[in-house]
Amino acid sequence: MTNHWRDIKNADLILINGANPAEAHPVGFQWFMRAKLDPARGPGNGGGAKMVHADPRFSRTSAVADIYVRIRTGTDVAYFGGLINYVLQNSLHHDEYVKHYTNASFIVKEGYGFKDGLFSGYDPQHRAYNIASWGYELDEKGFARRDLTLAHPRCVFQLMKAHYARYAPEMVSRITGIPQDDFMKIAKLVGEMGRPDKVMTIVYAVGLTHHTTGGQLIRSGAVLQLLLGNIGRPGGGMNAERGHANIQGNTDHAISWEILPGYLAIPAPGERTLDDYVKEKAPKKLDPNAWNFFGTNYRKFMVSLLKAWYGDAATKDNEFAFNYIPKPAGNSSWMSIFDQALRGKMEGVILSGMTATSIGPDSNQVLQALANLKWLVVMDAFPTTSSEFWHGPGMDPAKVQTEVFLLPCTHWIEKEGSFVNSGRWMQWKDQVIPPQGEARDDHLILADLFHRIKDLYQHDPHVGKFPDPILHLQMDYKDPLKPTLDEIAQEINGEDNVTEKRLSTFAALKDDGTTSAGDWIYTGSYPESGNLSKRREGVQDPEKNDPTGMGFYPRWAWSWPLNRRVMYNRASADLAGQPWDPKRPGIRWDGAQWTGDVPDYPPKMDPKDPKAWLPFIMTSEGTGRLFSATMADGPLPEHYEPVESPVENALHPGVSASPVAFLYDQAAGRPSRFGTPDEFPIIATTYRLTEHEHYITQQVERLVQLQPEAFVELPEGLAQEKSIKSGDMVRVRSKRGEIQVRAVVTRRLGQLDLGGKKVYQIGIPIHWGFVGVSADMFPEKSQHWLANMLTPFVGDANARTPEFKAFLVNVEKM
Amino acid sequence: MATLTRRDFIKWTGVGAGTLALSELGFDLAQAYSVRQTLRIAGATQAHSICPYCAVGCSLLAYTRKEADGTTRLLQIEGDPDSPVNEGRLCPKGATAMDLAISTRRVERPLYRAPGASTWQQVSWDFVLDKVAQNIKATRDRTFVTTDAAGNVVNRCEGLAFAGGAAFSSEEGYFATKVMRGLGAVYLEQQARV
Repeated sequence: MTNHWRDIKNADLILINGANPAEAHPVGFQWFMRAKLDPARGPGNGGGAKMVHADPRFSRTSAVADIYVRIRTGTDVAYFGGLINYVLQNSLHHDEYVKHYTNASFIVKEGYGFKDGLFSGYDPQHRAYNIASWGYELDEKGFARRDLTLAHPRCVFQLMKAHYARYAPEMVSRITGIPQDDFMKIAKLVGEMGRPDKVMTIVYAVGLTHHTTGGQLIRSGAVLQLLLGNIGRPGGGMNAERGHANIQGNTDHAISWEILPGYLAIPAPGERTLDDYVKEKAPKKLDPNAWNFFGTNYRKFMVSLLKAWYGDAATKDNEFAFNYIPKPAGNSSWMSIFDQALRGKMEGVILSGMTATSIGPDSNQVLQALANLKWLVVMDAFPTTSSEFWHGPGMDPAKVQTEVFLLPCTHWIEKEGSFVNSGRWMQWKDQVIPPQGEARDDHLILADLFHRIKDLYQHDPHVGKFPDPILHLQMDYKDPLKPTLDEIAQEINGEDNVTEKRLSTFAALKDDGTTSAGDWIYTGSYPESGNLSKRREGVQDPEKNDPTGMGFYPRWAWSWPLNRRVMYNRASADLAGQPWDPKRPGIRWDGAQWTGDVPDYPPKMDPKDPKAWLPFIMTSEGTGRLFSATMADGPLPEHYEPVESPVENALHPGVSASPVAFLYDQAAGRPSRFGTPDEFPIIATTYRLTEHEHYITQQVERLVQLQPEAFVELPEGLAQEKSIKSGDMVRVRSKRGEIQVRAVVTRRLGQLDLGGKKVYQIGIPIHWGFVGVSADMFPEKSQHWLANMLTPFVGDANARTPEFKAFLVNVEKM
Repeated sequence: MATLTRRDFIKWTGVGAGTLALSELGFDLAQAYSVRQTLRIAGATQAHSICPYCAVGCSLLAYTRKEADGTTRLLQIEGDPDSPVNEGRLCPKGATAMDLAISTRRVERPLYRAPGASTWQQVSWDFVLDKVAQNIKATRDRTFVTTDAAGNVVNRCEGLAFAGGAAFSSEEGYFATKVMRGLGAVYLEQQARV
């Protein structure tokens, strides 16, 4: 989230796409309801807000929304594109913000273009873009040329206007299935949100991310928010609701192939030196008034990380052990792991608190991948569909040669440490009870394993490959076999290596090896004064603990970066430093300094100084990006059909699905596993229920009692056509597999009219499988409950996030 | 409890959502709840936790008592009324967090399944840690690439993947990244993408 849960109460309008917070994040949803209903705050003060829910399925969120529209799954770019078009055509954007706080005025190179569904630079053989033509026109100093009148035909503003002119209401309706009248009602509400005294938030979840166009679905919302001047403001922003307690923290700390802690990029093979790496990866300053904070300090953050990991072995002479960091050959994300296993190239997988079999996509294919491994380690508190995969659906244990280990782990309440919530709040938790049985903490298992591996290399240094990074990895803990989470939290924060004092800000980090920090965005979380994530000054005393009255609660826990509660908050104030809406200030220039939230800006920089930095201090441009050359599938979000779709792309039928989505099976020479609409005419999507969380709650009796058995939701019309009644057993098939579950016939789903073509969408909750309380009760039936048996093995062109949310199936009564 | 506020009421009853308002009942149950709760957590130690499920990040209060035999008994988990995130409220999952915390369904000892075997074997920690360490070293040595075809130093291990982390503490996650990158792992993943 750019903002945080409590901040949603500050909004005038809440757009919810690809999310169902009333059911999936019920306690967070109280802030949506308070925005609507809080009698203490009138309209404009956080009360009287309107809520719009666009979702394939009517849910409890829809029930309390002011407008609900049934949208075809995966078509939100068309929805947001239509809103962008409405705002631009009617000049409803926030003019001053767009001119000065976005890259609308930046001039794009000659040669950029978009035609028949393809941006310039497409290479069909590699299914990839050469993005050279997407850059800005530069002046002799290397800065981008701008036209603050926004009239230049190649400025971002004009390019955008032309691009989205195609997203007229009738086109939006034809693609999304939303009736034009309903769409126009939403457009009128959204159109008011460009006024400085109004603010809108967009809230989304995996209903946007889990698509082949996931990155652009989110960007299309962010572009709309920038046009309306709503990024950086309390009550605004682009807010992702994350689904697991600590996805945020462990993304920040980079358990992710493409990054190192603090979103530093993993080096690529051609980057032979630290200089090469910084030159290639650090963003470059594109405007004289852009601070380009990240790019400017990239080297300091990287060297400080290398010092945290390699200590005295990281010296100037060896470039701070830069070459100890592995350089991947190519994409190494989730699906790539199982693709490599299917190719026979992956030997061993360690899964901690994640079950590949249930997660999928294409669980049949994942089961085959697991059976191709030499060994599999499952670290978990409970058995999972992965620890048990060798006797799962369609598996013959005698033929599965994978060696499997199930290591009992402690869970959250048996250990201390922090969880970081969707709003970037790092909240410390105590160890409340001792480990059950022989369970051990995940990090203690890894510390022990690491030392056993190190011993093997030490005893026989000539036999092992390049043992240096292992032998030198800093394990400077009181007991290296048992590091405490408190010690690790201090390492993450970082210190001055000379004074050995912990640092209070990443501004103090250096690139000469005299500082270390395990994750620069957390520097300041644990200064000399102590662990700030333990702070508990909350709503027991609102007057004292929420001094601005905006709900920041600055002494409750700690949020990155630097305890800032709303990111990009310089953009909450006008050029002179005064809040766009004085009733809802983020930060304010008082003549001497910035007050309010922790400023996303130098605390004493006078906004009227001609040399003052532009508001978005992290970007190369100093502005938000309406147009971005950082995406693999285009600088402006464009609607592409899901890989499996019942219709052609109405905008450009020749390029219907994303031309750059990576097709794993095709690339590996495996037969296609995509279905066609003649055989599979029904659109399916997957989702979650209030009573379950992913797969772990299959082990919790009381929650299983509330939602005991796998089911599929079918719209009434489709059920009638197929003579299916609620409670009947049905078979749902895709090209990849099938499930056998109970039917729930409902009006929550319905038919869509896509320019005259009528299609149905069905909904499949994901939570069940062949392991857990329900599976114990129904051992035979539960073999057919894995929802991800149906989902396609394909993902987003940028993030390779799998397409869990839009695919084709057929349904029959059993 | 004549001056019972809503916040006190939540604090005493433990579960905000799903509790009936006093006026709907027609009589004041708060007194009875408070007595019952007081009895349940009398002499208990209060600790702070965070809900283990979604990423709203609801604060929890957890109460334990040291038993005569030296064991620690978890008595109660409830929403923390001081939190600016949840103000004491919990959803059905958070409200049943006790059932996740203490369960007869837990894996309590290391288990090993040999290639082709149709059952688990209960084994010792030393057995599994030695065997996994040997496996990792063998895989690393077999699949480690020091220099790629273009002559670039890449120092990567291609045959090993680690995935996890949405459920463990941030500090454990950081440590996992450090150890895995130290081993040269490039296949590194967690729940954010899936």
